[in-house]
Amino acid sequence: MLFNEPSPLETKVLTRRFGLPNSDTVDSFLANEGFAAFRKAVTMTPEAIIDEVKKSNLRGRGGAGFPTGMKWGFVPRNSPKPKYIVVNADESEPGTCKDRLLMQYDPLQLIEGMMISALAVGAKRGYIYIRGEYRYLIDIMDRAIADAYAKGWLGQNIQGTGFDFDVFTHTGAGAYECGEESALLESLEGKRGVPRIRPPFPAVAGLWRCPTVLNNVETFASVPSILLMGGEAWANLGSPRNGGTRLFCISGHVNKPGVYELPMGFNLMRMINEVAGGMKGGRHLKAVIPGGSSCPILKAEECDIAMDFDALKAVNSMLGSGGVVVMDETTDMVKVALRIMRFYQHESCGWCIPCREGTLWLKKILTRVEAGMGQRNDPALLHELANNMLGRTFCPLGDAAAMPTISIVEKFRDEFDDYIRRSPMASVAEAETEVPVGV
Amino acid sequence: MTLPQELEQKFSEIIGKYPPEYKKSALVPLLLYSQDALGKITPELVNEVARRVGVFPLQVEEVLTYYSMLHFPKPMGKYHVQICTNVSCQLTGGPELWELACKRLGLGHKEVSADGLISLEEVECIGACSWAPAIQINYDFHHFVTPEKLDELLDNLRQLQ
Repeated sequence: MLFNEPSPLETKVLTRRFGLPNSDTVDSFLANEGFAAFRKAVTMTPEAIIDEVKKSNLRGRGGAGFPTGMKWGFVPRNSPKPKYIVVNADESEPGTCKDRLLMQYDPLQLIEGMMISALAVGAKRGYIYIRGEYRYLIDIMDRAIADAYAKGWLGQNIQGTGFDFDVFTHTGAGAYECGEESALLESLEGKRGVPRIRPPFPAVAGLWRCPTVLNNVETFASVPSILLMGGEAWANLGSPRNGGTRLFCISGHVNKPGVYELPMGFNLMRMINEVAGGMKGGRHLKAVIPGGSSCPILKAEECDIAMDFDALKAVNSMLGSGGVVVMDETTDMVKVALRIMRFYQHESCGWCIPCREGTLWLKKILTRVEAGMGQRNDPALLHELANNMLGRTFCPLGDAAAMPTISIVEKFRDEFDDYIRRSPMASVAEAETEVPVGV
Repeated sequence: MTLPQELEQKFSEIIGKYPPEYKKSALVPLLLYSQDALGKITPELVNEVARRVGVFPLQVEEVLTYYSMLHFPKPMGKYHVQICTNVSCQLTGGPELWELACKRLGLGHKEVSADGLISLEEVECIGACSWAPAIQINYDFHHFVTPEKLDELLDNLRQLQ
């Protein structure tokens, strides 16, 4: 059974096999276009494969939106070192729950995407890094991998093509930070998941310092349909420079929350009202987090917008990982800001001081505001502190924590002021709470 | 340390996934699967894993204290109840489920019942946002959890004993 009823407005490309009987087996996969893209790719040159992916305008589905074809093109194919394919299945950005479905209902599509990537860069081995909480998906992937080996779709000389490729799953054990590419590689090497300084990027020095292609589950899962349809046709499914479809995870105060595959550039208000069945209880929309909790929040009046990387960037937010969190008029934005910060403070790996200390102090200030003990200067202090974290850390977690806070304080300042007006500490003079500068 | 046969088999399978010179990669998976099989991570297990992957026990501890699913030195209960209160769950009743579970079980965050049967944890996003509020009991997901459903799930745990 599927997790939610599909919507007639969906464009089913990556999810077209969802719901078929035994969709996680090689037999069912083969009967439904499975491995057809691999068969095509195996006749192409690596340059031609990368070119097709470039033409598709596929951009990284993990959150950053970096062009996938370009990323693959950075791998030095003539390097004497082995090359690796690594799948980021550490899905843990709050609001995001799509990779789960891609692995549960079509594990072989992901494997086929890895195989095509391996052909493009000359890799012979791939790892799927799956968050530890997704144990049932590790089991599903392991079964699909075993089935593929048994039927000659993995291993040596696959289907007589002369191409060798091995795939293994790897379990994480609870760490949001390991969804960041360099921390993921550290974790995969058996270390604490702290980020690496870049350059060199993983394409040049990734897993075990070897050239590595590292992409999100959805990114790899998009590749077979790109090869089948042709890059240009796939690009045309979406909006300019934002190719294809994407799995949007709609959650929060809507009637039909769920994961829906929609073209890139789909209007956010239509997504809420037509795809997700409108606001629960007929209440009014207040705000939307458009792409997972690290994306700056949008006020209701900003939500008539095309959901693609460029349109959201133009309003100083991000498309992120596709986690659309919808909030109605009853939502307490101070509580939301605090909950989000509690998360980032918990997940900060502690490697970079602005992030480790910044998230802690933001949490402390938000906690006192929410507890009714806020001081007059607190909104300004939150703003200043968060701004000082931006761009000052090895990995994007510091920014990911600061950006939502800045946007929530800016856009819902009156709610913070309301809390503080009721606080017995409201009249504490700024001088007494001022943070010393340069200490 | 002698491991149960099934776990021993899992160890070879996991270590076999990585090139021999990089078997340290097996460290976290070995610990997590051991914790599942044995119920806890003991200093003996730390030593054993260190030996298997060719590092010092201290290096194993350094790594294992980083990951929130690895519980050391204090183990969690046989049934580990994990309640998500992150943003999508926050909007749909997660915090109320958390309060209810604390009250019903008489436990707080990362506390274990006296008989070691049940433990409770307020967890970060578990990737079930569109089916929120969600909880996990060990590795099993439960979606669209209502207070009544949570009550029923907790009752069942007591009966499973």
